[in-house]
Amino acid sequence: MTLDPTRSESYPLMRRQVVADLLAERGETLVVSGLGAPSWDVTAAGEDARCFPLWGAMGGAVMVGLGLALAQPARRVLVITGDGELLMGLGSLAVVAAKQPTNLAIAVLDNERYGETGMQATHTAGATDLAATARGLGIAQAETVAEETELAAAKARLLAAPGPLLIDIKVRAEDLPLVLPPKDGVALKMRFRRALLGTD
Amino acid sequence: MDARSPTAWPTAIFDALTGLEVHQVAYVPDAGHRELIERCQGAEATGALACVPLTTEEEGIALLAGAWLGGQRGVLLMQSSGLGNCVNMLSLTRTCRFPLLMVITMRGQWGEFNPWQIPMGQATEPVLRLTESLVFHLDDPEQAGETVASAGRMAFEGNTAAAVLISQRMIGVKTFEE
Repeated sequence: MTLDPTRSESYPLMRRQVVADLLAERGETLVVSGLGAPSWDVTAAGEDARCFPLWGAMGGAVMVGLGLALAQPARRVLVITGDGELLMGLGSLAVVAAKQPTNLAIAVLDNERYGETGMQATHTAGATDLAATARGLGIAQAETVAEETELAAAKARLLAAPGPLLIDIKVRAEDLPLVLPPKDGVALKMRFRRALLGTD
Repeated sequence: MDARSPTAWPTAIFDALTGLEVHQVAYVPDAGHRELIERCQGAEATGALACVPLTTEEEGIALLAGAWLGGQRGVLLMQSSGLGNCVNMLSLTRTCRFPLLMVITMRGQWGEFNPWQIPMGQATEPVLRLTESLVFHLDDPEQAGETVASAGRMAFEGNTAAAVLISQRMIGVKTFEE
């Protein structure tokens, strides 16, 4: 099967609603969001200092989450990223598997497109299955969610079930208004550390 | 202790990392780092730090950014060829002014037998300069501890990337006969 760039246009789940519902119940969860649409989605859900939205570092979101999870074992860490961003850093799933952090969860907003560059198809528009990939790389709890009826259970697992776990959420390919977080990396770092640690 | 004995300089670097309060040790293995990695794995067994084996070096840049966000210091151990895998991810370090301590064993620098190591070995310091990383040269095993301590202090106090380049001459030239 080659890439089908039209398939995700009819998926029922809408990314902004998925993220808003997820973060509404975040509690003390620390959030790392990947370049680029996931960072706009978490910002649309409300600015929060305990979120570190990446504007670059493509392929690095899961590893930022892992470093944070290892440093803060008592806190839940949720990585929210996209299919294109994760495809660039698939090896990081093997690194997570090697450490088995129980406080780390990964939500992939998988619209099968590169959103920031013109909505071109990613490899998940074809035969590539990110949940199966995650399982193969050693994250045993990895599944795909595509229906509204599955969302409540998926959210509960992402926020509270023992990790590591990955949920690949199939979302509709849609053009959305940009809702941008602050762009200055130093400011983002400092606000996060102040909120978590009480220091710069 | 004689710093020139086979196990002395990795121990001196390990002690320097302990003194810097490094809690996450990320690495892609290298023969030159073998003893240091083993020391760190021994410390992980006591809960003193976490060892994180990477599949590619740029993962370590992102990992240690996350560690800093969570209040921990770390170090990235790699060989010179691995720096080439890190270039775009170093924009995370530079843009957010994350501290980043790298200890890099040099290949393609002195008596190299494998020509495939030469391009990145020769490009290591220029790449570090281009990415605005501080560069410390380590050629004398007796200075291993203080060099890593100095680089780490400037990285963690200065919110910048700093790399210690361990010379191939100091490590010993590798051949397939060894």
